[in-house]
Amino acid sequence: MSALPAETHATPKPEPVLDARIPEGPIEQKWDRCRFEMKLVNPANRRKHTIIIVGSGLAGAAAAATLGEQGYHVRCFTFHDTPRRAHSIAAQGGINAAKNYRNDGDSVSRLFKDTIKGGDFRAREANAYRLAQVSVDIIDQCVAQGVPFARDYGGLLETRSFGGVQVERTFYARGQTGQQLLLGAYQALEQQIAAGTVTMHPRTEMLDLVVVDGKARGIVTRDVQTGAIESHVADLVVLATGGYSNVFHLSTNAKASNCTAIWRAHRRGALFGNPCFTQIHPTCIPQSGEHQSKLTLMSESLRNDGRVWVPKKKGDTRRPGDIPESERDYYLERRYPSFGNLVPRDVASRAAKEVCDEGRGVGPGGHGVYLDFADAIGRLGLDDVRAKYGNLFEIYERITGDDAYRVPMRIYPAPHYTMGGLWVDYHLMSTIPGLFVAGEANFSDQGANRLGASALMQGLSDGYFILPATVPDYVATAAVDKVDASHPAFREAEEDVHRRTHALLKGDGRRTVDSFHRDLGRLMWDECGMARSDAGLRRALEKIPELRQEFHENVRVLGTGEELNQSLEKAGRVADFLELAELMCIDALHRTESCGGHFRIESQTTEGEARRDDANFCYSAAWGWTGSGQPPTLHKEPLQFEHVHLTQRSYK
Amino acid sequence: MKLSLRIWRQKDRNAPGRFVTYPVDGVMPEMSFLEMLDVLNEDLQARGEEPVAFEHDCREGICGSCGFLIDGVPHGPRRHTTVCQLHMRFFKDGDALTLEPWRARAFPVVRDLVVDRSAFDRIIQAGGYITAPTGSAPDANAILVAKEAADTAFDAAACIGCGACVAACPNASAMLFTAAKINHLSVLPQGQPERITRVLRMVTEMEDEGLGSGPNIGGGAGVGR
Repeated sequence: MSALPAETHATPKPEPVLDARIPEGPIEQKWDRCRFEMKLVNPANRRKHTIIIVGSGLAGAAAAATLGEQGYHVRCFTFHDTPRRAHSIAAQGGINAAKNYRNDGDSVSRLFKDTIKGGDFRAREANAYRLAQVSVDIIDQCVAQGVPFARDYGGLLETRSFGGVQVERTFYARGQTGQQLLLGAYQALEQQIAAGTVTMHPRTEMLDLVVVDGKARGIVTRDVQTGAIESHVADLVVLATGGYSNVFHLSTNAKASNCTAIWRAHRRGALFGNPCFTQIHPTCIPQSGEHQSKLTLMSESLRNDGRVWVPKKKGDTRRPGDIPESERDYYLERRYPSFGNLVPRDVASRAAKEVCDEGRGVGPGGHGVYLDFADAIGRLGLDDVRAKYGNLFEIYERITGDDAYRVPMRIYPAPHYTMGGLWVDYHLMSTIPGLFVAGEANFSDQGANRLGASALMQGLSDGYFILPATVPDYVATAAVDKVDASHPAFREAEEDVHRRTHALLKGDGRRTVDSFHRDLGRLMWDECGMARSDAGLRRALEKIPELRQEFHENVRVLGTGEELNQSLEKAGRVADFLELAELMCIDALHRTESCGGHFRIESQTTEGEARRDDANFCYSAAWGWTGSGQPPTLHKEPLQFEHVHLTQRSYK
Repeated sequence: MKLSLRIWRQKDRNAPGRFVTYPVDGVMPEMSFLEMLDVLNEDLQARGEEPVAFEHDCREGICGSCGFLIDGVPHGPRRHTTVCQLHMRFFKDGDALTLEPWRARAFPVVRDLVVDRSAFDRIIQAGGYITAPTGSAPDANAILVAKEAADTAFDAAACIGCGACVAACPNASAMLFTAAKINHLSVLPQGQPERITRVLRMVTEMEDEGLGSGPNIGGGAGVGR
């Protein structure tokens, strides 16, 4: 039943090579050149073109507001009750920009280089450079909207440092930067809704993509209140639907975050890029029991002042305050003296796993390490620490009941972000013409590991600046035919959605959706989580199809399709996770190297660091759908590193 | 521990609602209130009963999705704590609790504990923004904002838009929600050009939504429960 081909994955057949449409010329000029070469649409003609945007987070709301301002007819969809609920709201720490306001040696080139290195040389150079260029415009835009970033006493913008870098380029609004940036984009979006350029469709979930004559021309949605299945036609479709960390069940993502939009597009022909590139965030509050429904992040910014340690001795159950300095192992400072506690996330997570695997973890089950603020409080004073991190300490106290001003926090890694996603070219267009993908939903500029405070940067870069330049070029050049929802492709997609909904509701099963999701999550965490092995991935590839089959035979969803039915919504999402999980494992098995967040235990240095295999894997893997349970086809986009030279990453 | 929950069940906007009492067993102090409801819903489904619908998403207290009344108090008994962050260690074995949706005419019940808060979006549409079309911004440090103003703006902007203020007010007034946005934008230099029209339009929209305006209990025009 496994989708794994009988022969080993180490020698795949020759596959088509993908064209990413990277502009010619020096890297500093590529984006300018691209913008100049793209076609424009006359302002008077723009309102004749309809653009569907699915998702209203940073990328979706920013794109909808901006394309609305330009005069296009935008229709924006979210399954939430209002666009402001999108999961971007939960981002805590900050947003990077190469402003160099600190005069500490930052520049566009340095942010670019940090991004490529942080991504362990598996990102596209041209995209990462453009992201660094655009970063400075994002801060300007957000300030103009009234985003209340932190300020110094002179009224200028404050910045702080984040993992994997040695400059202070992260702009922030206390520990709620994502909230403030999203509200900025949301307010711009609401202004356009009032102006009539954007039509908002809340509580409406995309369940399929419609492709007509090879081009993306619309979507099929379900009204989550009434159950109505409807078709929507447009000139093109943008997906800005976020990441898929919830394939692990327990993650830092919001409960409703899911892969359905991108997975349905994948099934309609969009290639899926690097599905196994997932980020496990090092500083989350550890799981407290079986009932746990999600994990809560503690911002990476805490590692600016918090020191990570475990006891030197195995099984040391003394209270942290009773363990003298000489018996503590500040293992990040010891192993990585130049970056210390601010090593990138993949490195910090693996290091935490190692000390816990050695039996030196703290707290129940030994799944935790300390993040200690005693030194910072001594150095800066309680008030300063409270001003910087107060809301994070409050979150911690609410969940654990512990006062982190007095005892160290206990933290442990958790799934947080997915660098993989639908493959897109330099224009952010997928392999389906007219299907654009933005933010975390695309396979991104982040390579195999994303640096902290770069997700907000990418979402807003894609939404405010990249799509508003590349989408009009498509409108001007694609010359799409006029179609309406009576077209057979729409009818077929609608019937497909009806069929899937009815199958989930047939009602003779015995297990709840959540019980399947928990089983899938545990399997993925064990076999495709922080450390992956050939044997483990093969085990997972045996078990996932079995679990998927059991799900379709034995899931129980009560109620009907014609009402608000939260179990039905969840069931559809878990069904798609059960397919995506298999592709993640196939990708992880085929990539026998370690890189960034993808750690294959067979490929490590003598010091236990990720060892890349550039001779064989210096490419992005883009997988094509061939049918449920069938082996996917592998396509490759070779990666060239002309500006940041391929080296073994070192943060020592 | 064991609890007894008296929960408002209502099939849709037009159906009559009623309270139904459910026992919940095996509640652990480490659980959040919503995780406790997850347990109840798993039990209900095992028995072939439809689960209780409640809105939630981030479960970190920031998205503003969740919220209902626990014994008449929005988000329950802990200050500055949304119901997703409320933990069961603050309750004791044998507690009997009543859960009901936000009660305000402007927030119609969608199902069980889920209400329609789209009135808030329309208040923002009326003027809860600073006009700044993408690409038109000057350099970020060209606009000086005094630290005190930035901090005040942030405090106001931190509103999560959950609707608890409306539920807490006997007049079902949205004064706190609306004033928070007005304050956020009006203390910033960027917000000055639109400060007058913003207030007038947002307050007018708030009143049109039936979300009252009275700052004092009993003094408002809003429609409570």
